[in-house]
Amino acid sequence: MDSVFSNVDRAPEDPILGVTVAYNNDPSPAKLNLGVGAYRTEEGKPLVLDVVRRAEQQLVNDPSRVKEYIPIAGLADFNKLSAKLILGADSPAIQESRVATIQCLSGTGSLRVGAEFLKKHYHQSVIFIPKPTWGNHPKVFNLAGLSVEYYRYYDPATRGLDFQGLLEDLGAAPSGAIVLLHACAHNPTGVDPTPEEWEQIRQLIRSKSLLPFFDSAYQGFASGSLDTDAHSVRTFVADGGECLIAQSYAKNMGLYGERVGALSIVCKSADVASKVESQVKLVVRPMYSSPPIHGASIVATILKNSDMYNDWTIELKGMADRIISMRQQLFDALKAKGTPGDWSHIIKQIGMFTFTGLNKEQVVFMTKEYHIYMTSDGRISMAGLSTKTVPHLVEAIHAAVTRVD
Amino acid sequence: MKTNQFSSSSSSSPSDRRIGALLRHLTAETDADRVSSVFASPTSGGTGGSVFAHLVQAPEDPILGVTVAYNKDPSPIKLNLGVGAYRTEEGKPLVLNVVRKAEQQLVNDRSRIKEYLPIVGLGEFNKLSAKLILGADSPAIRENRVTTVECLSGTGSLRVGGEFLARHYHQKTIYIPQPTWGNHPKIFTLAGLSVKTYRYYDPSTRGLNFQGLLEDLGAAPQGSIVLLHACAHNPTGVDPTLEQWEQIRKLMRSKGLMPFFDSAYQGFASGSLDTDAKPIRMFVADGGELLVAQSYAKNMGLYGERVGALSIVCKAADVAGRVESQLKLVIRPMYSNPPIHGASIVAVILRDRNLFNEWTLELKAMADRIISMRKQLFEALRSRGTPGDWTHIIKQIGMFTFTGLNPAQVAFMTKEYHIYMTSDGRISMAGLSSKTVPHLADAIHAVVTKAV
Repeated sequence: MDSVFSNVDRAPEDPILGVTVAYNNDPSPAKLNLGVGAYRTEEGKPLVLDVVRRAEQQLVNDPSRVKEYIPIAGLADFNKLSAKLILGADSPAIQESRVATIQCLSGTGSLRVGAEFLKKHYHQSVIFIPKPTWGNHPKVFNLAGLSVEYYRYYDPATRGLDFQGLLEDLGAAPSGAIVLLHACAHNPTGVDPTPEEWEQIRQLIRSKSLLPFFDSAYQGFASGSLDTDAHSVRTFVADGGECLIAQSYAKNMGLYGERVGALSIVCKSADVASKVESQVKLVVRPMYSSPPIHGASIVATILKNSDMYNDWTIELKGMADRIISMRQQLFDALKAKGTPGDWSHIIKQIGMFTFTGLNKEQVVFMTKEYHIYMTSDGRISMAGLSTKTVPHLVEAIHAAVTRVD
Repeated sequence: MKTNQFSSSSSSSPSDRRIGALLRHLTAETDADRVSSVFASPTSGGTGGSVFAHLVQAPEDPILGVTVAYNKDPSPIKLNLGVGAYRTEEGKPLVLNVVRKAEQQLVNDRSRIKEYLPIVGLGEFNKLSAKLILGADSPAIRENRVTTVECLSGTGSLRVGGEFLARHYHQKTIYIPQPTWGNHPKIFTLAGLSVKTYRYYDPSTRGLNFQGLLEDLGAAPQGSIVLLHACAHNPTGVDPTLEQWEQIRKLMRSKGLMPFFDSAYQGFASGSLDTDAKPIRMFVADGGELLVAQSYAKNMGLYGERVGALSIVCKAADVAGRVESQLKLVIRPMYSNPPIHGASIVAVILRDRNLFNEWTLELKAMADRIISMRKQLFEALRSRGTPGDWTHIIKQIGMFTFTGLNPAQVAFMTKEYHIYMTSDGRISMAGLSSKTVPHLADAIHAVVTKAV
């Protein structure tokens, strides 16, 4: 008898993760993986932060620690510390107990839980997301039951922000629509609004009662400063209004595989925040019952200890600085080579990724001829570069730009 | 607190006025009405209520709420027989020795990193988990017909499996036993399936309503999904015999019903990993297809680490490959990929013969202590001459006993004896000790003999 799953089609490989699959299959010694956004050292190796190793040792060597289920909403001190980290310790929203924070599985889990909550309880079920955005965003929201619309964001002509288009599209959105905002270091473009532009966005969003949903995956990782990278979120909270925030510790604490994050919902009152939290638990319980203890315990250990916290900020700045330095080196090398085109976007864009502006054919060429792996939209992970490999990348870009259109 | 940004210019700051001018300049060619219609909104500061003002406070989870209530009780004789987490004879949580060893090994290995796992999780963990539940010699494994994906404990495995079926299986109804774990219907409903029940527990015998089960599954539409507790049924502790399992298997295969096993207690119920896996292995041995949600929460004491696996046994290796690719499309938009820590601990233990053996000893000790608690409670009620037939306490298996007490009796026991359990009369044997059995026996005796 036949399988009841005979008609199941083979799903395509995830486009982002598929890059690393292809890279791993390539035998060339010159190969370079600029695909997935995970930090690499100058030696091209993954990095576990020193402070993370110390925190983990501390936890595992404590014989009084147990592995009981943590609450559905996660570790309480992790939640409080996470809210303080993104909103600022002096945030009035926190002082007024108006923030519901729930530990979730990194950024993805926070977005999915938040979206399912909104689908169930919010009067609008459309979410506006920037064009382009992280490839997984539309899928997360669709599966949560929201419908997805796009607002203009990236301008290929300037390789910068299409601010006019953004204002027009958000201005035309139905009142109350949800709006996804990348808190900093927009993925995949690296193009962020200026503080002045953020202020206009905030005013427009508030004037139309649009509901902001921030994706904060790079706090501290973009500029090197935790406060600077939280600025956009904090100005929205400072106006007393409501918003959602998905926070990830994957990059800024290098906790990728531990899946640590938090969903914060800033409400108008403490009473509402409490009801919101109780309802978010009804989303979590039938999804995975309660979140994992390990990664959140590492984060709490670091955030609550002022020495470890300081050590963390130094290691974090080290990572951010290396990426900024790679940007400068790549830009200088392209200039020195006389590669045609304006490459200043490489140093204007911020965060882990650069939207090179290379087209699909050029990307394919660079993979085939130079064994350089990136997503087909021309996004490269600066974290995957090193001083040693910049020249190889420059060769490839130069060839692609001069020989392939 | 900031006032409305768009009130009269005499009260706004210079930067507001500059930004306002900039805004007007930028939008000069667009609808002027849009600029002038800028006003205070419910999501902005100052005026306007919350967009979530209409929300009601959700009730506490009925099972976890028991522990919340217990924690609030100041009585020194309080007893928590609510949530199903193992406790030692001293009433303490237990981290297995072998788990601490494995964890030390992992954390002291400086070559280990924290990169994202694949969407399907840790490959070695997946293989070892399939072997554990299906048996190392399982033909389904040898023939590559099994896809196994790491998920977040039992709940996560059920949810991912449920969403996969809702998307790709031709029947969207799942039959669950009456009663079952309180979270089951919610998981499947949110996964997109519709939920029906089949008769299972017989209150008059405190055993299995086998006739009712066969009738209800016999009446289910061809191809329906059926949730089966692999062993140690939660909440009743009532399991089919092997002969009954064989009949269930035959009936289900004859109607093309799709088995979805929830295996949360392998090794924890009888003390033997193989014995507790027998029902599942019988189904796999007939060459048919099925799903298995596996949890390491109880049998490895890894509760909070959230470690589990979903296995789907298919007719052919090619099908299993395609099924796996579709499972990834369920997982990626849910949480991208699963957590590394707990699964790594499991893999370290399962792959090492010595650690595996140590684990089986610690596992058997937990199972034996629970079986001993059953005997002690039964004896204590018998010696008190408590009215009624209490043999179900020693016939039922696993962490829970369905006492047969009604909600009023349960409330009495909580109020008068500070004994906490779920309102369906389910008690966690793992929460008992030799010291506390007398207190529980007294309470049961009192509630059964008074007219409640």
